Amino acid sequence: MTIENLQENLIEDFSFFDDWTQKYEYMIELSKTLDKMDDSLKNDENLIKGCQSKVWLNADFKDGKINFIADSEAIITKGIIAILLMVFNNKTPDEIIKSDVSFIEKIGLKEHLSPNRANGLYSMIKQIKFYAIAYNKK
Amino acid sequence: MKFDVKNIREDFPILKKQINGKQLIYFDNAATSQTPTCVINSISDYYNNYNSNIHRGVHSLSEEATEAYEKARGKIQIHFNAKHKEEIIFTSGTTHSINIVSNGFLNLIGEGDEIIVSGLEHHSNIVPWQMMCKKTNSKLKVIPLDKNGELDLKEFKNLVSKKTKLVFLNHVSNALGIINPIEEIIQISHSYNALVLIDGAQSAAHFKIDLQKLNVDFFTASAHKLCGPTGVGFLYGKKELLEKIEPFMGGGEMISDVTFEKTTYAEIPHKFEAGTPNISGVIAFGVALDYMNSLGFENIRQYEDKLLKYATEKLKEIDGLIIYGDVKNKTSVISFNISGTHSYDIGSILDKYGVAVRTGQHCAQPIMDHFDIPGTVRVSLSFINTFEEIDILQEAIIKAKSMLS
Repeated sequence: MTIENLQENLIEDFSFFDDWTQKYEYMIELSKTLDKMDDSLKNDENLIKGCQSKVWLNADFKDGKINFIADSEAIITKGIIAILLMVFNNKTPDEIIKSDVSFIEKIGLKEHLSPNRANGLYSMIKQIKFYAIAYNKK
Repeated sequence: MKFDVKNIREDFPILKKQINGKQLIYFDNAATSQTPTCVINSISDYYNNYNSNIHRGVHSLSEEATEAYEKARGKIQIHFNAKHKEEIIFTSGTTHSINIVSNGFLNLIGEGDEIIVSGLEHHSNIVPWQMMCKKTNSKLKVIPLDKNGELDLKEFKNLVSKKTKLVFLNHVSNALGIINPIEEIIQISHSYNALVLIDGAQSAAHFKIDLQKLNVDFFTASAHKLCGPTGVGFLYGKKELLEKIEPFMGGGEMISDVTFEKTTYAEIPHKFEAGTPNISGVIAFGVALDYMNSLGFENIRQYEDKLLKYATEKLKEIDGLIIYGDVKNKTSVISFNISGTHSYDIGSILDKYGVAVRTGQHCAQPIMDHFDIPGTVRVSLSFINTFEEIDILQEAIIKAKSMLS
């Protein structure tokens, strides 16, 4: 599926929720679906610094696609990481570079991405794009 | 006198606001206090009626503005009981005030000298001293915390010596709400001829401070934690000390005579007030103090102590909730975690219930390291809060906890 299709699916999934509690419960469920990140990968190099909750992001480039693995100390942050990885994992650098991230707004999670929250998610999206740019040159 | 919180809340228009469809419950008073109508009005009154630059015009407007500005200085002098009016210097806030002192002492401190700061400090209180020590080759020493998060006075007595030139600490810790034993620390420091600077950012809103009685050398507080506007604060310094230290900001207002060869500084307080100050903010600061005095600091203290006691009991009823810095000597702050959850998750869910708290490290990473935690949820109370709001907080935390488990 293309990044765009995946985003559309997510927007549709989230549109069924009546209120924020259902949305949060879904994100908490999603947080549990994340692949376990090995502790050795939770190093300073992979740490995305944020005042509120730590986020680690590791990237591997294989067969022309980027493999991301990520984790956070906070569950809601992890839920959003799961959403981001559902969209961006195992995609080519070119697809990632050309993608739009406004779907986060459309599923009603914009507040978690504001730089004010300083939770590392804003930086995580930036970091995903940086990896894509870096691997694109290879 | 009964403290009529319902009536008092009418003075704060923001409390009518809805957040995520719920009535706002504001428990982030330690970050900034809310603003009563009289303070808001004083700012518009200034711009509507006498906006003008101070200390220079001969025209009536400028005189009116200067008079109001200097009147505010007098209010602060009286409230904090400084001996002289010129000992009150207006700044942009406590960070600015601390930098005046740390830079002012650059020429008076050298190799072999020592500066002591407390381990309960906010980042803004650590960095200026690190910079100062680097520039002067002096040494920075830290008063450690005991297991409850209180300053270890015994250790302080070991650290302080004839080499100590300055001791710096906050009156109340922003992260934990612990009241530090400043009277004792000032006394001990003075016996070694060390000067003391107290950051009153978190204390001045909760109890009345008597600078002469404390016999403190420097003291600072911010208006925005005292129902005043942001961007204004003051530095108090004993007259003879302020006269001795060099200003670090040059500009207009702070000079008496300028040629290209030499500048003579103005007298205090103007020596430290370079440039056009936040005139409306200073005037509004004075109005804010009048407002708080009209409620009575003793009444505020008593009411807030009851609130804190009630909130502490209510939160302790929640299974798995751990309070950090749960000591006898504290004011208005409860810093906690719920085992197995992260403060960010709790804070995000509380926000959905309209409850504003702060989460994270509270710009005090060394304290978080002391307890070996990534951060806390901080509930900071003030006299605008009610017992009912604490009940709603307890309920919201329980809901958040069950969502996250």
